[in-house]
Amino acid sequence: MRELLNTLFVQTEGAYLSLDQDTVRVEIDGTVKLRAPLLNLGAIVVFGRVMLTPALIARCAVDGRSVVWMSSTGRFQGRLEGPVRGNVLLRRAQHLAALDETRTARIARQIVAAKIQNSRQLLLRVGRDSEAEDRNRLAMAAAELADILARLRAATELNVIRGLEGEAARAYFGVFGRMVRVDREELAPDGRTRRPPRDRTNALLSFLYALLRGDCQGALEGVGLDPQVGFLHSLRPGRPALALDLMEELRPSVDRLALALINRRQIRREHFDLLPGGAVYLNEAGRKVVIVAYQERKAEEVEHRALKEKVAWGLVAHVQARLLARYLRGDLAEYPPYLAR
Amino acid sequence: MEEVLISAIEHWSYCERQCALIHVEGTFEENVFTIRGAIAHERVHSGEITVEHGVRVVRGLPIWSDRLGIHGVADVVELRPEGPYPVEHKVGPTGRHAALQLCAQALCLEEMFGQAVPRGALYSHGTRRRVEVVFDAALRAETEAAIAAIRAMIEEGRLPPAPNDRRCRHCAQRDVCLPAATGEPARLRALQRELFTLPPDEG
Repeated sequence: MRELLNTLFVQTEGAYLSLDQDTVRVEIDGTVKLRAPLLNLGAIVVFGRVMLTPALIARCAVDGRSVVWMSSTGRFQGRLEGPVRGNVLLRRAQHLAALDETRTARIARQIVAAKIQNSRQLLLRVGRDSEAEDRNRLAMAAAELADILARLRAATELNVIRGLEGEAARAYFGVFGRMVRVDREELAPDGRTRRPPRDRTNALLSFLYALLRGDCQGALEGVGLDPQVGFLHSLRPGRPALALDLMEELRPSVDRLALALINRRQIRREHFDLLPGGAVYLNEAGRKVVIVAYQERKAEEVEHRALKEKVAWGLVAHVQARLLARYLRGDLAEYPPYLAR
Repeated sequence: MEEVLISAIEHWSYCERQCALIHVEGTFEENVFTIRGAIAHERVHSGEITVEHGVRVVRGLPIWSDRLGIHGVADVVELRPEGPYPVEHKVGPTGRHAALQLCAQALCLEEMFGQAVPRGALYSHGTRRRVEVVFDAALRAETEAAIAAIRAMIEEGRLPPAPNDRRCRHCAQRDVCLPAATGEPARLRALQRELFTLPPDEG
């Protein structure tokens, strides 16, 4: 598989990024803090008030290197996109598949099945090392997921598949807090909350999902798929439905990272800002811890069963985008989703 | 008529799917072998015209055949008194695949110059030697058949299956082609069954 390139994250307010020959130069308060060769960079992600020169932006567009803008709280704002790349035949196949109810449902079912498998595996894995009551509750949720998976197997209608996905997510997040082992009262969520996240664990998950979403969207565009035309997620203007689809298989991997950060006390209460009214966000120090951990996770190798090959976890989104492209172009009988194991 | 690039012929001869990935799907991935080739051709495709041993030599000459609907760029064409003599530079092997590509160049040159082009050469960067190729009737027929097959593939937007054999090992299009997935349907079917089967309970 291709080389996993680095991502440059810049979250210092007022940082100034410019193109210097074939490197990107990062200045903070008039001092050059870093020169990074563009050759090694797959993406640049900036948070809040960070400036990029037009020359740097243009160069990234031409090279197909993604630039992602995030708000200072880590919400996705936008991505730089270069010339339309890839293959019009592939995009047409994608659009035709999206119009075909049978094929749409088949892709959605594959994605949901993998998400359930991967979520269930996490519940059982964490449960093995948990105290009796937590272990029981996690095992019960895992059994519920198994039951949903069995019903999913026979599901052919998209609405039924979406309903089962929702059911699985409720069962999973209903016990998510039982996988949090430290400061459970303060950190553990009561289900999944977003827009805004209302507890620390949800704030952490939201931030990690935003990083993952940027990577998934980049992977799809790199392969030449239209990130807005999804199968599990319905079409809405401005919604990267296919990027959201692709994320589903990978969310449990990111959840596992979030739990590790909490349970190893790498992320602590001082890494969060609590806003009046109840919204919770990671602060700059917290985001730094998470970004470093996310980058390390991306470099870890996993066995990719559909390829029979070890790949860096950070490349799984690229591999899945390519497998989806191969399915849409008629090379594969089914889209093979990512099974973590 | 759909135009075919002369370089597609060598791709097609090596692997029909590789040719389709590049010329139907429009993907082109680079690896160390393609980059070596590109560097070698940068020198060849300088566009200069020189005189060597009394013969005019053109580098990077645009060539085409309206009859066959093909076009491309010839690395080196020696304009000898008896007719043009194409020399194709190769970083990789100079076997049958390259000979077909060279023959297509000869067919173009015959149409462009109105002169017979009975022979040409493949120059290997590895051995620094020329191998002469004679454009006999069999090679010409094979070349024209390859062009027709490539055109049909492009027009249909067809993607042949992955061979998933030793050819794949050094292929730059491997990451796009995914031969281990697309070339092993039985294994993928087994994986598909596992997707809806629970692993032996770890709980």
